[in-house]
Amino acid sequence: MKETPLYKTHVDAGAKMIDFGGWMMPVQYTSIIDEHRAVREGAGIFDVSHMGEILIEGRDAKAFLQNILTNDVSKIGTNRIVYSPICYPDGGVVDDVLVYKLHDEKFLVVANAANTDKDYEWFLDNKRGDVEVVNVSEDYAQLAVQGPKAEKILQELTDYNMGGIKFFRFVEDIEIGGVNALISRTGYTGEDGFELYMSPEHVVGLWQAIIEAGQKFGLMPAGLGARDTLRFEAALPLYGHEISKDISPFEGGLGNFVKLEKGNFIGRDALATQKERGVPRKLVGFEMVDRGIAREGYEVLLDGEPVGHVTSGSYSPSLDKNLGMALVKSDYEYGDSGLEVAVRKRRLKARLVKLPFYTKQYKK
Amino acid sequence: MEVREDLKYSKDHEWIKIEGNKIYIGITDYAQDSLGDVVFVELPEVGEEFDAEEAFGVVESVKAASDVYVPISGTVVEVNEELEDMPEKVNEEPYESWFIAMEIEDTSELDSLMDWEAYRKFCEEEA
Repeated sequence: MKETPLYKTHVDAGAKMIDFGGWMMPVQYTSIIDEHRAVREGAGIFDVSHMGEILIEGRDAKAFLQNILTNDVSKIGTNRIVYSPICYPDGGVVDDVLVYKLHDEKFLVVANAANTDKDYEWFLDNKRGDVEVVNVSEDYAQLAVQGPKAEKILQELTDYNMGGIKFFRFVEDIEIGGVNALISRTGYTGEDGFELYMSPEHVVGLWQAIIEAGQKFGLMPAGLGARDTLRFEAALPLYGHEISKDISPFEGGLGNFVKLEKGNFIGRDALATQKERGVPRKLVGFEMVDRGIAREGYEVLLDGEPVGHVTSGSYSPSLDKNLGMALVKSDYEYGDSGLEVAVRKRRLKARLVKLPFYTKQYKK
Repeated sequence: MEVREDLKYSKDHEWIKIEGNKIYIGITDYAQDSLGDVVFVELPEVGEEFDAEEAFGVVESVKAASDVYVPISGTVVEVNEELEDMPEKVNEEPYESWFIAMEIEDTSELDSLMDWEAYRKFCEEEA
């Protein structure tokens, strides 16, 4: 089992630790609901050092990425970030990643922890031209500071103007809390916030500095439990749930991140066909009408007929409702009634609602 | 972790309060702590019969759904409907938040339950 440099810090703070994709990670410190609310109303700090980082460097780095990613990185400037699925030839998803453009011939790909080794292998298998692919995951620890107070808290620890970092942009070599870090205005909570990348030996000190600076702003350490309910309310996809090797970006509602017109890339033919013919399944949001919580994998029915399954389902702390996302057959009319979720031995009424459940309030 | 001396305990982390041939069942402080924030409780109807070790309801935290079991066989005579509207009570007052009351026929089945000392030891071994 792998541990982040903050493992002992989490345990000492009384966090409940779980196995998450081979990593021992905090699922909660005190209460998922309290940590969730802290992020929505003040701020939360997450240890996300388990995330993977893969460096792509060389004259053909851009061409390599254009072939691997479904999104287009050809036109973005330095210090910009692009979110993109990575697809198999059949349109299934290898992973969804953030791509940081360090300069014209150097990019940093940030991958899901459990997918990092698979992504790295996939990159090597598809390497061509003058490009170096290096798994640098062990060189980076990562923190996420999320919430409306995130900027104010980090500003206490640095002379750099945090307000100058716009959404989906980043700056390298910032001195913050006595540590050198790369800071991006990104996150996975549906709130404004930042992600900080630094050398692993510095992360414990910076974590403590942020906790201290954040005290008067209501900052709480938050675990993977809150991270999941926060991303769920914002309808941000989670690999293995809303997208997977069996669920394409079009099905998972990520069509905006597939740029068919950018030229050839892995999965393009299959995805172009899906777009032309329409996908057999689509992602929808729903709210439980009857009492009960829909969980991942539960069957969804329309007028008594199975039409799909729940991809993520939970109690929503911000909206105080039981909500879910489901992958359902596209060729049905989903009206105002007739939708049900099979919860254990019963069929409970649900109704469709628009995604995302919770609307972001971040800085553009 | 709080354990009450006047209660009996099951291996599934339920507490049992015995009043003659009627028992009240809830989940222990240890159980509510390992579940985390309870956001939903599903209870049976009065009159339903259960065999020993059978699931009688469900308690759901933010993360997951867990069954709750009857430690011994009996018939449901009362249901704590307050928990349906205020599931957080299970976290706040686990030993006041009974789920159901059951009438039992064979009180000798109660002998299989743990007393508070045995249960405390059981939890320590599990942790």
